[in-house]
Formats: sequence, structure tokens, C-alpha cells
Amino acid sequence: MSALITSPNLSDHDGFYADLLATHKGLSEAQSHALNAQLILILANHIGDRQTLDAALKLAAKDLR
Amino acid sequence: MPYDYKPFPYRPPLGLTQPETTHPVIIVGAGPIGLAMALELANYGVRSVVLDDNNVVSVGSRAICWSKRSLEILDRLGVGDKAVEKGVTWKVGRTFHRDKEVFNFDLLPEDGHKMPAFVNLQQYYVEQYLAEAALQCDLIDLRFKNKVIEVSQSGETARVRIETPDGAYDLSGQYVIACDGAKSPIRAMMGLDFDGELFEERFLIADIEMQADMPSERRFWFEPTFHSGQSALLHKQPDNIYRIDLQLGWDAVPEVEKQPEVVIPRIEKVVGHSDFALDWVSVYTFQCRRLDRFVHDRVIFVGDSAHVVSPFGARGGNGGLQDVDNIGWKLAAVLQGRASSALLETYNSERVHGSDENILNSARATKFMTPSDGAERLFRDQVLALAAKAPFARSWVNSGRLSVPAVYPMDAPDHDALPNASRPGAVAPDAPLGNDWLLHQLGGRPVILALGCEAKVEGIEVLTPDVTDTLQKRYLGASDSAVYLARPDQVIAARWTSFDEMAIALAINAMWCTA
Repeated sequence: MSALITSPNLSDHDGFYADLLATHKGLSEAQSHALNAQLILILANHIGDRQTLDAALKLAAKDLR
Repeated sequence: MPYDYKPFPYRPPLGLTQPETTHPVIIVGAGPIGLAMALELANYGVRSVVLDDNNVVSVGSRAICWSKRSLEILDRLGVGDKAVEKGVTWKVGRTFHRDKEVFNFDLLPEDGHKMPAFVNLQQYYVEQYLAEAALQCDLIDLRFKNKVIEVSQSGETARVRIETPDGAYDLSGQYVIACDGAKSPIRAMMGLDFDGELFEERFLIADIEMQADMPSERRFWFEPTFHSGQSALLHKQPDNIYRIDLQLGWDAVPEVEKQPEVVIPRIEKVVGHSDFALDWVSVYTFQCRRLDRFVHDRVIFVGDSAHVVSPFGARGGNGGLQDVDNIGWKLAAVLQGRASSALLETYNSERVHGSDENILNSARATKFMTPSDGAERLFRDQVLALAAKAPFARSWVNSGRLSVPAVYPMDAPDHDALPNASRPGAVAPDAPLGNDWLLHQLGGRPVILALGCEAKVEGIEVLTPDVTDTLQKRYLGASDSAVYLARPDQVIAARWTSFDEMAIALAINAMWCTA
């Protein structure tokens, strides 16, 4: 279906980045992990397309191991 | 009332005093799968000898959840109605996190099926009904206290050496079917690998007898307050018996955990009182393993001897009955000279596929229930946390995905306009047919189902029922007419939107592997 978008796609990316960090502010490391995990699950459900998600998983895992 | 175990009679077999002729089929194991196998073969006119080292039915309730498909198979074997009548019918499962319901499922949201989604019935009852039917069947020679100690094969025969209370004897058969369970001695004697995964977790399983008015539902708890940090499962069975499964952790010592003074306080916390009697207790670990191949020339593995899964999802006993369903007609056709042994190879490929699906689902549920430290636990816990605030996450909560029949991958004639539910490879969906049921009229032999059109095929029975709304929905969809070829195991072999004699002839050949 739709390919993973890897070019700029978010109008206010600096703003989102700041909000992401602000959401984590004051959380312990464990709470931050929990927040991230929930965020991934919420966004994955929203995207809803397995091919896009597979491409995202691959991109995120690339060069990590 | 606890179950009344009555031993089956042992009679010294003929083979102790004189050689027996080669039997068509020797079945090793008189559990639910071995007995069902013998009855299924008898339905096709095939004789069998069934050997069991024991002489009583299963001790403890063991397999209790019988799926709709299993009930349909048991129905063909003559014990389906008995199982439904005695069993506790259910279709709703509820999953709780702490003490709040986070997810529920309805396994049969539509009417128009003879059999319910699930029936809970202790394995000993199922074995009893099957054994009673087998003892009455002239084609089945049931031999208790006959323990197989050696197996070998050459050419067109398989041989077993058997120990009885009166000594040992040899028996040969055209085929030996190993229905001797998860620890299959036949598998061990043949030195076959049983590869897969062991999950480092222990569960306590207990049957308790108590007067209670619990609804007929499956209930599963993640981290309940009554069993801190772990998970728990509750099932209602007949005779006021309740099944409780409690996660214990890998460090639990089975011998300690089985002691009544340890078990009883745990159960008291679950049910909130001490007015119950312990009926049976066991501690188990999960494994998901299978044989590389289920067919080894003249020795064929059926049920747990071929594959084992973790229990959440009821895919063990139900998977075994689907094996029986798949191989019965094929082995009968080969023995009766209607098909070559190539047909048995499709048992191997189809049931390996079914088994892999069961293993995949069971392994996923087990991983969700018993996550290892790190990312597995993080995501499991966050799915549960999210389930309380976002509807989508509720369906991610995995307390077991319950057994549904496998849809076999088939390269068969098909048409886009016809409904997905009745596609080739799937079990034919049931539907009311006047005072009868469609599934009752399929099975045992190939059948052509012609809807909204005529069909005539040499040597094959054709059903042409009036098109009801249910048949329209399950078999026609957007089409005005359809022709289906159903295999003897009620699996759809091919389908078309109109009658085509030549295409049907080809599909029939493909079904028997005689193309």
C-alpha cells in the first residue's frame, strides 16, 4: 500500500520534538519507557498499514545491532 | 460428585497363543485421539486394533475445552450430542486486568450452526463416550493393558512388539498410527527429533468441586489482586467442577505446589471462601514443539505425539481431532485402493500447516502472559495499561486465541464473488437445512453442493437444497449460483459460480491425488 515516508512530512517538526520532550519531562526512566511504548502502540494502530509499519521497524532497527 | 473411574476389561489377546494376520491399522493409544481415530476409520469401513498400556480413562480433567469443529467431528463419530448435552456450553471469554474487565470476545456471534462455539467437558467423559462407542463397534478391537515396547517397519508392513500381563507378542499392520500422546514412546523408539520451544513458566492447574452460580464463560485475569502479579484462568465444567489455572513462576517447585496445604490457600483467595473440595491438581510447563514430518512411511503420528502447544487457546485436543478428521478418509482411500499413498502426503502437509498455526498462536499468547524481562514485559504491561483508556488496545490483550479450524492452503478453482468463509481449504460452514443441518449431509464421502443451479456428476452425490438466507450468505455472497465440491472431511476442495463438468472432474482427481 503506502510506502513509509522518509522525507520531511511534519509541518512543525521542531514544535513536535519539543512537545515530545515536554511530555517526558519529570518522568522516571521507567515511566519514559512506558510512555514511549504506549506512543508506539497508539501510532501503529493509527497507521494501520502493516507494510508501512514493517518498513518503519526495519528503518529503526538498521545499524542498531 | 467426583468421577467414578471404572477399569476397562483386559482380555488375553489372540497373538499370545498364535500369530495374528496382518491388520490394516494398529492404533497406539486409547486416549481421545486414538479412540476417535478408530471410530473415524470404522466409519469408512476400516478395521483397527487399538492398544493402550492402561485400562482407565484420563486421570484429571486435562483437555476440557472442545471447539465447535471438534464437536462437529465428534458428531460424525456418534458422540457429539452426548458431549454437548453433558458439557457446559460457552462462547464468551472475559479478560480482566487487576479486577477490571479489559476485553471480551464472542466466539460464535451468529446463529444457524448445529454446534456451539465451545463446550467444556472433562477429558475423562470424552474418552468414556468414545470408548463406549468403540467397544460396541465390530470393526474396532480395543486392547487394554497392551503396552507397545518396540516398533519397526519394512516394505509394506509395520510391526509392534507388545507387553501384556500374560507376556509379550508381536503384531503387524499395514499402518501403525501413533496416538500415544505428548511423551509418545513410539516417537522416542524411532529416535525422532521433537523440536520447538520450552517456556520457562509453571502453572498450577486444579479442579475443584463447589456449589456456585458462576456464568458459563471463560475468565482470565492478568495481575489479579487475588494472585498478585501473576495470571489466572477459570473455567466451569459439568458436575460443579471448576478448573482454575494459576501462574506460579519458573522458580516454583512442582512437588511443593501440588501439596493440598499449599494449593488450598491459593484457591481460597480465588473463590473467596473455603467451601470446596480439591478434585485434581497438577503443575505444568508449556512447550510448543512438533515433529518435522507426521508421516514416516508406515508409521503415522496423530495428535500430541506429532505436536504439542501451550494450553491457552485450546489447541491441543482440538488440533488432534482435526488431525483425525484430515487423515481418516485419506488412509481409508489408500487402504481400499481408491488412492495412492501420495494422498497421505497431503495429511502431512495440511496438518503441519495446521500445527504451525496452532504453535504460532499458542506461542504468542504464552509470550504475552509470561513476558521475559525487558522489552517483552514493557510492551505487555503497556498494552494492558493502554487497554483501560483506548479501545484498540483491548484486542491486543492476548489471553489465548481460541482454536478455529485451519484453512488449508490450496491451489484450487475459486471465484472472487463467493464468500470468504467457504473458500477452498476451509471447513464448510454449517447451515440449517429444513429439519437437518448441512454439515450432517456432508462428510463421509465427497459431495457436490449445487446452489441456484443443477449439477450432475457420475458417481458423486449432489445436494441441491433450496437457497435460504443463510446459504446465500455463507455460500453464494454476490453470486446467484454456485457449485461446491466438499471432501469427505467436510473441507471445501473447489468451487465455481456455475456447473462445469470438466472442471469438476479435474478437481475430483486432484482431491484424490489421482490427477
